[in-house]
This record gives sequence, C-alpha cells and structure tokens, in this order.
Amino acid sequence: MTSIPTPGAKKLGLVIDLDTCVGCHACAVNCKEWNTSGHSAPLTDFSAYQDHPDGVWLNRVHTYEAGIGPDSRTVHFPRSCLHCEDPPCVTVCPTGASYKRAEDGIVLVNAEICIGCKLCSWACPYGAREFDEDQGVMRKCTLCIDRIYNTNLPEQERQPACVATCPARARHFGDLGDPTSAVSQLVAERGGFDLMPEMECKPVNKYLPPRRRPTPAAPAEAPRPAGSNSVLRWIDRVLSR
Amino acid sequence: MIPAFSVVLLTVASGAGYGMLAWLGVLNALRLLPASPWFGVGAVLVSLALSAVALFVSTLHLGHPERAWRAVSQWRSSWLSREGVMALLTNLPALGFAAAWFFAGRAIGVTVVLGLLAAACGLATVACQAMIYATLRPIRQWCNPLVLPNLLLLALFSGAAWLAAAVALAGYSPRIEAALGVVFGIAALLTKLGYWRRIDAAPPVATIESATGLGRIGPVRSLESPHTEENYLLREMGYAIARKHAARLRQIALALGFAVPALLLAVGIAAGVTPNRGLLPIAAVVGLLGIYIERWLFFAQATHTVTLYYGRRI
Repeated sequence: MTSIPTPGAKKLGLVIDLDTCVGCHACAVNCKEWNTSGHSAPLTDFSAYQDHPDGVWLNRVHTYEAGIGPDSRTVHFPRSCLHCEDPPCVTVCPTGASYKRAEDGIVLVNAEICIGCKLCSWACPYGAREFDEDQGVMRKCTLCIDRIYNTNLPEQERQPACVATCPARARHFGDLGDPTSAVSQLVAERGGFDLMPEMECKPVNKYLPPRRRPTPAAPAEAPRPAGSNSVLRWIDRVLSR
Repeated sequence: MIPAFSVVLLTVASGAGYGMLAWLGVLNALRLLPASPWFGVGAVLVSLALSAVALFVSTLHLGHPERAWRAVSQWRSSWLSREGVMALLTNLPALGFAAAWFFAGRAIGVTVVLGLLAAACGLATVACQAMIYATLRPIRQWCNPLVLPNLLLLALFSGAAWLAAAVALAGYSPRIEAALGVVFGIAALLTKLGYWRRIDAAPPVATIESATGLGRIGPVRSLESPHTEENYLLREMGYAIARKHAARLRQIALALGFAVPALLLAVGIAAGVTPNRGLLPIAAVVGLLGIYIERWLFFAQATHTVTLYYGRRI
C-alpha cells in the first residue's frame, strides 16, 4: 500500500555529523559494495572502466563552501534517503512498490512489482532515488535492512554499511523515535537539523551542523622589520626565540 | 525535467482525445451534432483512439511495461494510479455511448446519459493527469494552481478543433464546434500566458542554503560534485537545453498552438462545408503540434530541487 501507515514509535535513521565528515567517500563506496550484492542487487554500472562511467549509487558525497572570509569553511556533505515521516515518493507510487514500513519507518521499493515509471524520483525533493536503467526499476537506500536485522552477522556489525565503514565516526545509526536513544541525544545536544524543511516531508535523518571554531588569536608580536640583510634576519630570529 | 517524447505525447494526445469525447457527449445532449449513426461511432472511436495510442506509447517509457496493469491498484493515494483507472473506466460509457447512438439513435435518453457520463469521465482523466504534476512540490513550475485549469482548457480547445475537423470531413457544417474552438482557445491562451508570467516571476521554493542546512554559516556554493559525469538525477531532473531557446519556443507555440488554429477556425465558421474539409483538419493538426511544443516547454522549463545540491539555480 502506498498510503502512509500509522506511524509507529520506532523511527530508524541516520545522524550525519557535518563537523567531522572528511569527505573520503568511504560511506558511498561501502554502500555500493554492500548493496550491489544485497537486497538491492544489482546496482548496475555502465562503462565503469571507460569514458563516461554511469551507474546507480544510493549515497553521494558533495562538497560545499559555506560562508565568506575567515569564517568560511569547506563542508563535506553525504546525501542519501532521509526515510521521511511523510514521504511523497511513497504516496505517488501507482503500484504499491514504494512503501514505508510501519514497524520501523524504513522506506523501501519492492523491485518485483516496480513498473519503473520514475514518478517517485520526481516526487523526492532530495534526489534520493536513482533509476536502474538495466533492471528497469527504481533503487534507493534501504538503511541496509539486510544488515541491521541480519542475525548471521555479529551484533556489532548489524548497522548500515555506510555507518560501519566511516573512519571519522561522522555517521550514526539508531532509533530517532526514542528520545533517550544515543542518536536522539546527539541531535538534541548538537542542534541537529532537517534538510529543506519547507518541503514538509519531515525527514527522519538528521544532520549535525559544523561546530563554531574559536576565533583565531591576533598575532602575538609586531611584524619583524623587513630587511634584505641576512645577518640582521638571523639576529632577529635568535632574539625572537 | 526531461521532456520524454512518450510522456509529452501522452498528455497532448490524450488531452485532445478526451476533450473531443467531452464535446461529443455535451453537444449530443444539446442536439447540436449531425444525427448520422456512422458519424457518432466514427467520432467516438477517433477520440478514444487518440487517447489509447497516447496511453500505449506512454507505457513504452516504463522500465517494465509488462507490469503496467499494476498501476491501477493505488488509486487511494496516487494521482497516476487514478489517471490509469479513469482512462480505463472512460472506455465503458464511451463505447456504450457509441453503441447506443448507432443502434438506438442519438436522441434516446440512454445515449444522452452515456454521452454525458463519457464526457465527465474523460475530463476527470485529464484532471487526474494534471494533478500528477500539480502535486509535485519539488517542481515549482508544476506545483502551481494554474496547471489544472490550463490542461483542462487546452484539452477542451484541441478537442473542439478535432471535433470541428471530424464534422467537416463527414460533410456537415462545423460552425458550432469551430466557434467553441475559438472561445476555448482564447481561454486556454489566457491561462497559459498567466502561467508563463507566474513561473517567470515566482521565487525558488528552496535554496542551496536550505537544501544543505549550511545557510547558518553563510552563503553556500558547490565546490565539488560527487561525480564527474552526468548521472540519472541530472539527466532526468537537470535537463537544461531548452531554457536557452525558451523565449523563441514560446513564440512558436503561441503561433502554431493558438494563432494559426484560431484563425483557421474563424475562417471555418464563415466558410461553407467544402473548403472546411481542407481547412479544419489543418487547424486540428497544426494546433496539436503547437500544443506539443507548449507541453515540451512545460517539461523542459521545470526545475527540480535536487539540482540545488549540484549548485544549479531553480
């Protein structure tokens, strides 16, 4: 059913820390690696080793510059499905292939009945869905549903591939419907925010803002006399120690 | 948004088909159509063929056309599903209308009721189709109150032009149909001009600052894209070729879609039956071509919020 189920208490999702993300793309690569052989397999690539490579990725890492002057900074920004509480990609689906799970809020595509009309990818403001031209069906982040509930994996590995692989610990997985969970507390503490709240999709995933850096201290000493005499420069250096 | 041939053709041809069906039902109830049973069956079948061809072509853009039947299941939430349901349902009263006209006569109560029902179902199909676009919030050029009246009026305009051509080709006087074509052409033109004015002036629905949430630091610019080549998102939602020629294409759409057919229809009101056999089919075909360009622009000029992440303006 593409009607949105009555929301359950559990809202599984990700918290992405834009302060610590180093932009290494490991989350995107491990996502591709896991999902090309898991629930969403195959994530088709075209001419992967030639000119104009093309393919389906469920996670993409952008890099932005924010601010002007000394306060500006470079921010790496992973973008994937936000598992919205009010997902327009689900309600527009004519077949029921796109659905939101009542039990944990994960938004999924049933590739067995997807007709590949692409309307869900038009309805998503965030570009979370990519069409698999080879398989003729829509692909999206599954929150690694085949990992997080997988009892064949050791318990510490039961988290999304992107979270498990992040070397900077910039990605966190948990229940954002539970105010006492570690992820909810992290969001409360750091002022986690929604992307494009004006679209009214109520994303479950949250982003943590880059921390404010301390203002750099003023130079401790007056500029040294600029001279071309190397002896004077050496004396200046010695005396400056 | 990418102006895929199959989808643009679907909206243009099904609009003309259902518009023609609507006029057949309404004008028959008012006893303003030729009484010939052959005309009735022929005209209803032409109107259904226009929409059936469009529906068939539109399934070609699906990843899995063989699963298209599944699309009628989610009418509770999805306007696309509702369009599919209504497109199939419309065939029942429309074929009943044609059969009743042929076997029982056009003035019989059953024929009139089935005709009006077919007209209502056809227009409802066009309305569902318009609502698919009008409810997509990330695309400000579509999520717009003028989209629904505009698509309905364009369907009634092109439908009247096609019906006028059919009446003329069958050897009858198409004065009323041609006059309706002119009136609804002007109404459609006014809403289209209003729509263009509106999308040119409206502010973007979101910004790169709100899309990334980094506006708290200051203005945001894209430094590096996640990939060096175009991907599905940029091909489908970042289509930017037409914007360069938008002004010229709007003039062509106005000339072919409105000016030429309106002029030919106006001449057709004055002319006798014989010259109309040539004039009105030209008006119908040229009008549809102009509306095709108008609809192509409707797609090509639409911008999607996902392109904000790639540093584009919407």
